[in-house]
Amino acid sequence: MSDANRSNAAVKVAGLTVSRGGVDVLRDVSFTIAPGTVTGLLGPSGCGKTTLMRALVGVQRNVSGAVTVLGSPAGAPALRRRVAYLTQAPSVYGDLTVHENLRYFASLADVGEAEIRGALDRVELSLLAGRLVRRLSGGECARVSLASALLGDPELLVLDEPTVGLDPVLRRRLWGLFGELAQNGATLLVSSHVMDEARRCEEVLLLRDGRLLARETPAGLERRTGTHELEEAFLRLVREPPQAGEPPA
Amino acid sequence: MSLANVASTARRVLAQLRHDPRTVLLVLLVPSVLMTLLRFVYEGRPGVFDRAGAPLLSLFPLMTMFLVTSIALLRERTTGTLERLLTTPLRKLDLLLGYGLAFAVLATGQVAIAFTVSMGLLGLDVQGSKAVFALLCLMVALLGMGLGLLASAFARTEFQVVQFLPATIVPQLLLCGLLTPREQMNDVLRAVSDVLPMSYAVDAVHHLSREPAAGAALWADIGVVVAFATVAVLLGAATLRRRTE
Repeated sequence: MSDANRSNAAVKVAGLTVSRGGVDVLRDVSFTIAPGTVTGLLGPSGCGKTTLMRALVGVQRNVSGAVTVLGSPAGAPALRRRVAYLTQAPSVYGDLTVHENLRYFASLADVGEAEIRGALDRVELSLLAGRLVRRLSGGECARVSLASALLGDPELLVLDEPTVGLDPVLRRRLWGLFGELAQNGATLLVSSHVMDEARRCEEVLLLRDGRLLARETPAGLERRTGTHELEEAFLRLVREPPQAGEPPA
Repeated sequence: MSLANVASTARRVLAQLRHDPRTVLLVLLVPSVLMTLLRFVYEGRPGVFDRAGAPLLSLFPLMTMFLVTSIALLRERTTGTLERLLTTPLRKLDLLLGYGLAFAVLATGQVAIAFTVSMGLLGLDVQGSKAVFALLCLMVALLGMGLGLLASAFARTEFQVVQFLPATIVPQLLLCGLLTPREQMNDVLRAVSDVLPMSYAVDAVHHLSREPAAGAALWADIGVVVAFATVAVLLGAATLRRRTE
C-alpha cells in the first residue's frame, strides 16, 4: 500500500483479530474509513462492536492484525489528542457537577471555557451545568459524557452508542451534530443498534459474531437485501446462513 | 509528566471531596475523637497514654488513605473513567501524582488536627521533633495510598476492596509493636513483622517518643517506610493498564 493511500483513510483496519479468554471475539476484520465521513457500526449485542472500537482507540488487549488510525498505529501517544472515545456506559464523575466534569476533561485536552460552553450547547446541557451528574437522568448523563468527548475538536470520534436512552427529538439533533462535525472534517464511527440511525451514515459496517458481514452505503444495504426497510435489511443479513469456513452461530 | 495535568487532576479530586463533606469531616475528626477516647481509657496513667497514643497517631493516616485511595481508584476502574482517561494525553504518573497531591492535602489536615488535639489538649508527650513526627505520618499516608492503589487492582467491587483493610492493614497493626514489643514476639512473628512496613513506622515513633534528638536509627526507619511506600505506588501504577481484556 502506498503512503498516499494510507494517508487517505482516517482508519485502516487489516486482518484484525481479537481474542478474549481463548475465544476470538473479532475475526479477520478489514475495512477503511474515509476522512470526513460518518460511519455506522451495527450489529446485534455481543457481536464485537465495543471490542472493535476499543481496538481503534488502543485500549484492547490481545489484538493481532494492523490497525492504523490517522496514519499512526492505534493507541500511539501522538493520537491521544486527536482521537476521542465515548464509552458505552457514561464515563464521567457522578460526584462532580456537569461543568466540573467538563473542566477536567477540557484541561486534559488543553482547551478553555469557550470550548466547554460550546460543547454544552451542542448537547443541550447548558442549563444543567451546575447540577451534580449523579442527579441527572440516564440520557442527560450520557450527554455529559458525549460533551466531554467533543472537547478539543478531535479528528476522529469513536462513539459507542451515543444516542441510547435519548428521546427521538434529541437523537435526531445529535445525528445532525455528527453530520456537521463530519462536514467540518472530522471522521466519526458511531455504533448503534437502532437501524433507522444507519440512514444518517455515509457507510454502514455490519458485524455479526465477530465478523464483518457487510460494508455498504445504507442504500446499497437495502438494494442487496431487496428491502426498503433498514431494519428488515439488517434482519435478513443477520439471518443469512453462515458462509463456508465460518462456524455455525 | 505534565505539571498542568497533575494540577488539574488534583483539582478534580479535591472538587470530588468538596462534594462529599461528610467523608472529609470523618477523615479530619475521627482520629481526634479516638485519641480522646484513648486518653480517658488510660485515665490517670499518662505514661501508658504516651506509649500507646503516639504509635496510634501514625496509624490513622495509613487506614484513612488506604480506604480513600482504594475506593477512589476502584471507582475509576469500574466506571470507565480510567479507560477514558488513558485515551487522553493524561499519563498514569500524572493521574497518581494528582491523587497523591489531593489526598496529601487531606492527610495534612488530618495530622494537623490530630496533633493539635493530642498534644495540645490531651497532653500527649512526645520527646522528639514534632515536625519529624508529622513528616513520618505523611510518609505513612503515602504508604496507605500505595497499598490502597494495589488493593484496588485486586478487587472487583467496593465490598471486596473494603475487606482488604482487615486483610492487609490489621495484621500490621497486630505485629507492628503497638500491642506487644516486637522483641518479645516469637521468632516467626518477629520475622514476619520485620518485612511489614508499619513495624518500621512504629519503631520510628518509639524513637521519637523517647529520644529528644533525631538519630540515624530514626531516619533509617523513616527511610524504610518511604521505600515501602514507593514500591507500593510503583507496583500499583503497573496495575493501571492502558490495554485491558
